[in-house]
Amino acid sequence: MPKAKVNGVEVEFEPGMTVLQVAELAGNEIPRFCYHERLSIAGNCRMCLVEVKPGPPKPQASCALPAAEGQEIFTDTPLVKKAREGVMEFLLINHPLDCPICDQGGECDLQDQAVGYGRDASRYAENKRAVEEKNMGPTIKTFMTRCIQCTRCVRFVTEVAGVPEIGLTGRGEDVEIGTYLEQAVTSELSGNVNDLCPVGALTHRPWSFNYRPWELRKTETVDVMDALGSNIRADYRGPEVMRVLPRVNDAVNEEWLSDRSRYAVDGLMRQRLDRPYVRVGGKLKPASWAEAFDTIAQRMQGVAAERVGVIAGDLQDAESMKAALDLFGSMGVTNLDCRQDGAQIGVGQREGYLFNSTLAGIEDADAVLLIGTDPRKEAPLLNARLRKIWLAGKAQIGVIGEQADLSYDYAWLGEGVKALKDIKKSAFAEVLKNAQRPAVIIGMGALARADGAAVLKLAADAAKAFGVVKDGWNGFNVLHTAAGRVAGLDLGFVPGEGGLDVPGMVEAAGKGALDVLFLMGADEIDMSRLGRAFVVYMGSHGDAGAQRADVILPGAAYTEKPGFYVNTEGRVQLAERVVFAKGEAKEDWAVLRALSERLGRTLPYDTLADLRARLLAEHPTFGRVDYVAPSAALDLAKLGAKGEVSDLPFVSLIRDPYLTNPIARASVTMAELSALRSPVRALAAE
Amino acid sequence: MSVRRLAKEQPASFAFTPETLEKANWWIAKYPESRRQSAVIPILWLVQKQEGWCSEPSLRAIAELLGMPYIRVLEVATFYTMFQLEPVGKVLVQVCGTTPCMLRGAGDLIKVCKDKIGAKDHMSADGWFTWQEVECLGACVNAPMAQINDYYYEDLTPESLAEILDKFRAGEKPYPGSYAGRHSSEPQGGALTLTDSKLYDGSAAKKIKKLPNAPTPETAT
Repeated sequence: MPKAKVNGVEVEFEPGMTVLQVAELAGNEIPRFCYHERLSIAGNCRMCLVEVKPGPPKPQASCALPAAEGQEIFTDTPLVKKAREGVMEFLLINHPLDCPICDQGGECDLQDQAVGYGRDASRYAENKRAVEEKNMGPTIKTFMTRCIQCTRCVRFVTEVAGVPEIGLTGRGEDVEIGTYLEQAVTSELSGNVNDLCPVGALTHRPWSFNYRPWELRKTETVDVMDALGSNIRADYRGPEVMRVLPRVNDAVNEEWLSDRSRYAVDGLMRQRLDRPYVRVGGKLKPASWAEAFDTIAQRMQGVAAERVGVIAGDLQDAESMKAALDLFGSMGVTNLDCRQDGAQIGVGQREGYLFNSTLAGIEDADAVLLIGTDPRKEAPLLNARLRKIWLAGKAQIGVIGEQADLSYDYAWLGEGVKALKDIKKSAFAEVLKNAQRPAVIIGMGALARADGAAVLKLAADAAKAFGVVKDGWNGFNVLHTAAGRVAGLDLGFVPGEGGLDVPGMVEAAGKGALDVLFLMGADEIDMSRLGRAFVVYMGSHGDAGAQRADVILPGAAYTEKPGFYVNTEGRVQLAERVVFAKGEAKEDWAVLRALSERLGRTLPYDTLADLRARLLAEHPTFGRVDYVAPSAALDLAKLGAKGEVSDLPFVSLIRDPYLTNPIARASVTMAELSALRSPVRALAAE
Repeated sequence: MSVRRLAKEQPASFAFTPETLEKANWWIAKYPESRRQSAVIPILWLVQKQEGWCSEPSLRAIAELLGMPYIRVLEVATFYTMFQLEPVGKVLVQVCGTTPCMLRGAGDLIKVCKDKIGAKDHMSADGWFTWQEVECLGACVNAPMAQINDYYYEDLTPESLAEILDKFRAGEKPYPGSYAGRHSSEPQGGALTLTDSKLYDGSAAKKIKKLPNAPTPETAT
């Protein structure tokens, strides 16, 4: 490997690295505004100036200068310092001195670097420029006078998000960042431009003027808005989660976060169930915990186990599902299901329901077939990865299902089962056949239907035919949409012997064959079809389930309980408690523990640690956090079941990507985003 | 120069004429298919030729023709000042105001424009004229000058410019070039050097014995 000297210290570097990267390798931080590791290099802020020998006798922009063998790089000479001070002075000429009222204040790159390279006072006596505010939609608040034209936002939406809607118009002193005719940015990743902005020009609109960064306390946890388990940092003040920011985890979310994960947190303070309720005379009345448990115990007395059903929702943590399994299992209940969308998957080998290539590993694929999934809606950050490999020309992508705008080109093979059956005759078959590492991503749009198992069989057959699983490569991927789903399947939260699945339970309840239905944060089933069943709803938000419930047990939202979540690739991640549950609400496992005592079937654990010990003993996969086990040999022939298939097209289950769960539905920001995307606009004057 | 924005009032639609489209396709054909967007500047020119200015619907039409995002066309159109983002009069007067022209009296020309046409950058009330002050047009030898529509009118005086504008208003097409009676950029009153006729009949030239690098009998074969 070539070597270069940085301030006299020799370092080895990979060929193709820039001078800035080599200097960082040697431990010298280079100030920068426009340069960003995950975006293309623009080289327009000039803050990263260094001295390089051999080379012209002037400072050079290190971000755009390739490092070379034998180069001598100086990052701290008087010349460099003076040059950077000059750049800083020019940047500050037109930058307003409004840090005290700026939301970026306290976490602003310009502010921080001005401490190192700024002058104490301005020499500029002329008028500063002022720029009109721009509309960029409900997530981005603009204050364009502060913009220093680094173009990170332009590059992000063009390259990563794939919606080239932000641009730099005008020239010279009059350049402005904006969108075409002030339209809102339509990206599902738009919030990231606010993170990228090195100054306060673009800030988070939903949180504007709500906090100062130094008032917040930070907890590192895991997101549950999709099945990727993005790593997040939840910042809170008092009892309220004020904001959510991404943490860097290259294996999961790189350093991005989708708008749903980021901005749905205002839903955590709305529509909350903060005390138990019992339905009396058709109306929900506030009750005490004891009254609520008494009502349940009385109703369940003498009810046969096969007339009881339990459904776990999409956002459940593993611990509460384990407690529910232990409690209802001890009663002999077999009507258990964690797949409220009715997905026909989750029995048999673990690899059969995981995203086996792993999220980072999908970037090694050279042909990807999407079956019944719209990753842009279901998992925006996975979609960004697919776009990345498409953009690099590394992979070709085929789609069976909806012809959605995925932000990249793909070969559309058909809308349903027919295309899947005829895949070998399609033009894309050649691509899959010639691929070294072909991958299949099968979504809930294909599996969450009555013939899901048969569709899975067809998909597995196709995968087998194209060598999707082979030595050293497992490209058979299931993309879940629910954060709690894989944990539920790992725990075996599926119907037992003779048990009913979710569609079965709903039907049985409607016919009067089910007396008690216990919903753990399950709101996505059709509540109007539950007939006269006695419904207990345990959850955090007053949504569809709570409205139908006969007893409401207030639980904790994902930021309010420590818990294990397993993402779609089988990665076990630990979420931490950020704030306490609201009002009288308790953590879900504790609610179940208390209920078990009242039902006379006391669960054998008194603390979360005991519960976890039992969980780990019975399910060793939970033993290693932030780890994906190497994919075991997957027998594709055993997946799914032969059966009749219907010709219905594959349709993604997520119709509105901003309203997928009770928390998002309680969020004002999500409602705004949803309204913006809705094709139905208000016609009458307001 | 000031902030360049799209005009407030825009036509409802835009369509390429067959001639414009034919020329546009000629430009597009010069680039590889994956680099169609390289033709954006020539096509903006063509659209401006067709319409007199670049309207918002026309920017969208160009973006669609070249398969590029709207904002990218807007970036180009707002960057280059020669693209008119507002409707202009039938006669577009671009007075050069850069140093040589300024020293030679561009200020007086500007005053004529103000008096006869009105405010800078705005179409006159009768729809005939728009005048602008532009940066150097590269005809400094014939300063002061103005570009009117596609041609240069040089060595102007306030009187000659006023007369030219009147002629345009009367529907005539005044002849472009120098208005001080000189040929091209020769000195006033005719050339002062290189006047010897022997320079042009070959008699003053040295006899050529051998052409440099001419093929010799050896190298020719």
